[in-house]
Amino acid sequence: MKIRSMTSVVRSMSAIGMFAAALTIGAVSAVQAMDIRKVVSAKGIEAWLVQDTSVPVISFSFAWRAGAVHDPKGKEGRARMLAALLDEGAGDLGSQAFQGRLEDLSVRLGFSAHTDTFRGNLRTLSANRDEAFRLLALAVNQPRFDPEPVERIRSQLIAGLKADQEDPDTIAVRTWYRTAFPEHPYGRPNDGTVDSIGAVTTADLKDFMSRFFVRKGLVIGVAGDISPEELAVKLDQVFGRLPMSRPSDSVPEVQPSNAGKIVVVQRNVPQSVVLFGQAGIKRSDPDWYAAYVMNRILGGGGFSSRLMEEVREKRGLAYSVYSYLSPYEHTALYMGGVGTANARVAESLKIIRAEWQRMAEQGVTEEELASAKTYINGSFPLRFDSNRRIAGVLVAVQLNRLGIDYIGKRAKLIDAVTTDDIKRVAKRLLDPQALTVVVVGQPEGLKDTK
Amino acid sequence: MRFFRQLLPVFGLLALCLAALSTPSMAAVFNPQTFTLANGMQVVVVPNRRAPVVVHMVWYRVGAADEPVGKSGIAHFLEHLMFKGTETIPPGEFSKIVARNGGRDNAFTSQDYTAYFQNVARDKLELVMKMEADRMRNLVLTDKEVLPERDVVLEERRSRTDNDPGSQLYESAQSALFMNHPYRLPVIGWKHEIQGLTTEDALAFYRRFYAPNNAILIVAGDIDAQELRPLAEKYYGAIPRGPDIVRERVQEPVHYAGRTVELRSPRVRQPSWSRTYLAPSYRTADGNEAYALQVLSQIIDGGATTRLYRELVVVQGVASSVGAWYSPDQYDLGLFNISVSPRPGKTLDEAEAALRLQIDQLVRDGITDKELERAKQSMVSSAIYARDSLRAAPNILGRALTTGRTVADVEAWPERINAVTREDVEKAARALFTSRRSVTSVLVPASRKEG
Repeated sequence: MKIRSMTSVVRSMSAIGMFAAALTIGAVSAVQAMDIRKVVSAKGIEAWLVQDTSVPVISFSFAWRAGAVHDPKGKEGRARMLAALLDEGAGDLGSQAFQGRLEDLSVRLGFSAHTDTFRGNLRTLSANRDEAFRLLALAVNQPRFDPEPVERIRSQLIAGLKADQEDPDTIAVRTWYRTAFPEHPYGRPNDGTVDSIGAVTTADLKDFMSRFFVRKGLVIGVAGDISPEELAVKLDQVFGRLPMSRPSDSVPEVQPSNAGKIVVVQRNVPQSVVLFGQAGIKRSDPDWYAAYVMNRILGGGGFSSRLMEEVREKRGLAYSVYSYLSPYEHTALYMGGVGTANARVAESLKIIRAEWQRMAEQGVTEEELASAKTYINGSFPLRFDSNRRIAGVLVAVQLNRLGIDYIGKRAKLIDAVTTDDIKRVAKRLLDPQALTVVVVGQPEGLKDTK
Repeated sequence: MRFFRQLLPVFGLLALCLAALSTPSMAAVFNPQTFTLANGMQVVVVPNRRAPVVVHMVWYRVGAADEPVGKSGIAHFLEHLMFKGTETIPPGEFSKIVARNGGRDNAFTSQDYTAYFQNVARDKLELVMKMEADRMRNLVLTDKEVLPERDVVLEERRSRTDNDPGSQLYESAQSALFMNHPYRLPVIGWKHEIQGLTTEDALAFYRRFYAPNNAILIVAGDIDAQELRPLAEKYYGAIPRGPDIVRERVQEPVHYAGRTVELRSPRVRQPSWSRTYLAPSYRTADGNEAYALQVLSQIIDGGATTRLYRELVVVQGVASSVGAWYSPDQYDLGLFNISVSPRPGKTLDEAEAALRLQIDQLVRDGITDKELERAKQSMVSSAIYARDSLRAAPNILGRALTTGRTVADVEAWPERINAVTREDVEKAARALFTSRRSVTSVLVPASRKEG
């Protein structure tokens, strides 16, 4: 048994890193062996399925490549409002009747709108699958948009916007994107504003559906207690009536503006919320994996990251400090953030910029690279512990246009990254002078430069 | 997870809402296996062969409500410091070693428990057991590591509480509701007391409470008791038993008057009203009262067709949101909360009045059989969903075992929910909604301009 055989390895902590790669092979190969089946329905709709009968539950997730980026100017929040209304009455069932059916059968149905995607999630006990898929089909094909739920959801979205209006994190995010994308839909708020939510009409919601609820570009991931044959029938029941394709996308490519600018939003709070970012790297870029590993080392790796070490562990300047790659369909960003007392904002930013610079100039050590790789590959199987999470991964892999063999070959792609690759990509991406910085609070010793 | 070493209860209202939502998932029959080590450490194993991974947790029966007077925040501060190293692990290396081995780790503190966990591939289980057992006994702390970490905790307090009016109000409400019991203190601690915490304070708390007989080992995933037992004996079994720990907190006196706390701020744009009642917990309830209150909470606010949402949000259109939650999984008293936020165009007073009328009607007229059956059916189904999660079982079992319940209690949950009658719910509701045993929280824009 593997657990016993490694007893002797653990005696010296310094040895663990070296042995780690070999020891994680068991888990990684089990994930590689996970049986993902491509299911194609009679009408040609494709889904990826991991069948598992250990729990009588089905998780069904799907996404279209359309979202808040397609909200018309002045009607920001349209996609989000649609997501909130699809389960508020469909077919013959009014809002209360529809919700009552979901509750009676313990069916969990929800939709969400994101910048570039519109997603749905269905979870059902396998015993109730027929009625669950019937309700999903109604929601996707025949939502009612009755006046009562439309006005109720509108008022709820507006109340939510008001509740978050003075939240420093919300202000920071909105200000950053507005600053970076002054002329592009990416600069407008996904959740909309009080005015824009007020302006959305039922016709606007239907317009989104007719343009974007189509079969082309739809991706589906399923995990749990359903056979491929049954799934194929359900795919046609839910999506078989949708049109094949849509008019070509009019969203232009864009690069972030206002590089190097500092924007201070004065608010009477004891801790400043800082958000910073610059141009990043797209998911399809050949250097994606090098950038991914680099970010793990710079600021994406929790307590193993350089930013955490320098800002939190050594100096106690913050509870939270981080960076992340943020690729979109039409741009790419490299983002980060920190929350720190007003008096210490300038010092924190100085340290973060220095780490940005150090990475750009020197890259990473072999030891850092090895540790990052063993984490990234060793932790990958942790994502496959439930139907819900597996369905989510299947959708994400397809949205990123990675093949059905991706899960099996990911470890090799990570392992192939060298210190030279990271040096190259760090030099290309990182420029502390180009960071656009938004600070919400009363930061000391920091001037607004925009 | 971006925010590390989290502090469950100080999230404020949201955390308690989530806790209440997740409580029904206890319906799962997890079929755990249990044994106890010679030194008194309880062990629970939940086999789940879905993936070759495990969740390894150690729960201590100590939380913020067990802190010495004047040292608020020490339980949570110690939780942070547990990552600072031992005689064999250098400062700051614990999480890095876990990460280098493909694992994730974190910890959290509540009023009643402190828990540490790692999520790792199965063949790394022995490594994390060795490290976790090591820091149960061999923690090394010096000012060099402790003092910057205290600043980190102060920043954590700023981001969770001091920066957010809703959290400030929640903290004030807790303090007003509990007049004597230590639940009146925030888990993260008062700012001025955190500032005064020392290395010696942390070590004293550690020596007193961190011992195998005050801890529970829970492992869920690709393993069973037979496989785990030799490892548990080797690493945790080698630690000597500590002195017995008796958990006795000062209790609440009779409450003669309800209390109200109000926070007005220009940073509030959407007003809200809530009332939190003292309620029995699973441990302190008579008979099945806690289960009846869980069903009541589900009937009041279990979805879009349940009472409060249907009446206030859909039919009357006076509220944009309503809520109810109940927290029975506490060692001492539980809490039952109802809340409302007005629909834009309506006032807070109108929304509050409509909510109170609903509660009065429920207490006066009772509930229907249909409501009861729908609530019970929904709660019991959530048990099956909980089994589709590696983390649900260890979290639910850990909370139960640190708040005076047993594995058998958790396993019997669906049965006990199913046994609740209409009369049980109505009786529990009549006993619960007594305003002198409550605190009312009002969050309003500074201008008092509503809607």
